[in-house]
Amino acid sequence: MPRRRPRVLAVASGGGHWVQLLRLRPALEGCEVTFVTVRDSYRSQVPGSDFIAVNDATRWNKLSLLRLAFRMYRIVRSLRPDVIVSTGAAPGYFALRFGRWFGARTLWIDSIANAEEVSLSGRRISSHVDAAFTQWGHLSDTPGFRHRGAVL
Amino acid sequence: MILVTVGAQMPFDRLVRGVDAWAAARGRSDVFMQVGAGGARPAHAEWVEFLEPAEFSSRLAECSALVAHAGMGSILSALEAGKPIVVMPRRGEFRETRNDHQVATAIRFRELGKVHVAMDESELPAALDALDRMPVAERIAAVASPELLSAVSDFVHARGEFAVRR
Repeated sequence: MPRRRPRVLAVASGGGHWVQLLRLRPALEGCEVTFVTVRDSYRSQVPGSDFIAVNDATRWNKLSLLRLAFRMYRIVRSLRPDVIVSTGAAPGYFALRFGRWFGARTLWIDSIANAEEVSLSGRRISSHVDAAFTQWGHLSDTPGFRHRGAVL
Repeated sequence: MILVTVGAQMPFDRLVRGVDAWAAARGRSDVFMQVGAGGARPAHAEWVEFLEPAEFSSRLAECSALVAHAGMGSILSALEAGKPIVVMPRRGEFRETRNDHQVATAIRFRELGKVHVAMDESELPAALDALDRMPVAERIAAVASPELLSAVSDFVHARGEFAVRR
């Protein structure tokens, strides 16, 4: 019996996080993908997929973090994705934390920019997700992480 | 044309001033800079604060080389477009970013032979002088490695090591 296409929420903040998420698109073929990122101008790069722009936030700005968390909570609650994949940073962190509450399977892919150690968000999220990848082989002994290749 | 980009998040005045001084010293009039909101403005190059993705892509396609902060968006974009890239890492101590992760990125990607690096503004002129001698870079595909794609696909479809036991 044919199975329903998995609903996937693919989440990244701007710049390099977004470029890395785009490079994962072939792995999401056959899925109903909704992209969530922080710049409305990125919409044109994912024609044919659903797209939501949210505000960006860093851990230095508590108010914007709170706004972002609330927004992500509502997105996850209304879309009820089967799977959430994120290449970081803050929007992905919240999406994955809330996703678990609603039964999504969750994957964190730490940015390839983190070559010295896994990011702080990555270390904080790893015990709350189903899987966490580092893109650097020499970091594969980080607790909670495994290495399964890289975005290039 | 040499395209300079500091990325979308914040200015990077050391890079802008360094390239601007080089352009003045060499009499270059073919430098275009994206300097970020409220960033230093060059006196010897055209500049904008931001480039939307479509405009960035077309500028990148036209340029002979990219000069950038050591951000992954800039590095991956240059590699996908097959353009040589010189990066200068942002430094935590100057509050150009929250920590020195760009230093690690620059060193690792230089080891992989993917980027040219100026660790600071004193190394910029030599790196920029070398740009015209750099061979056209090999374009990389705009997709992740087969290993990562296959792992993500397995995860999404709950297959292989990510099979869900019921």
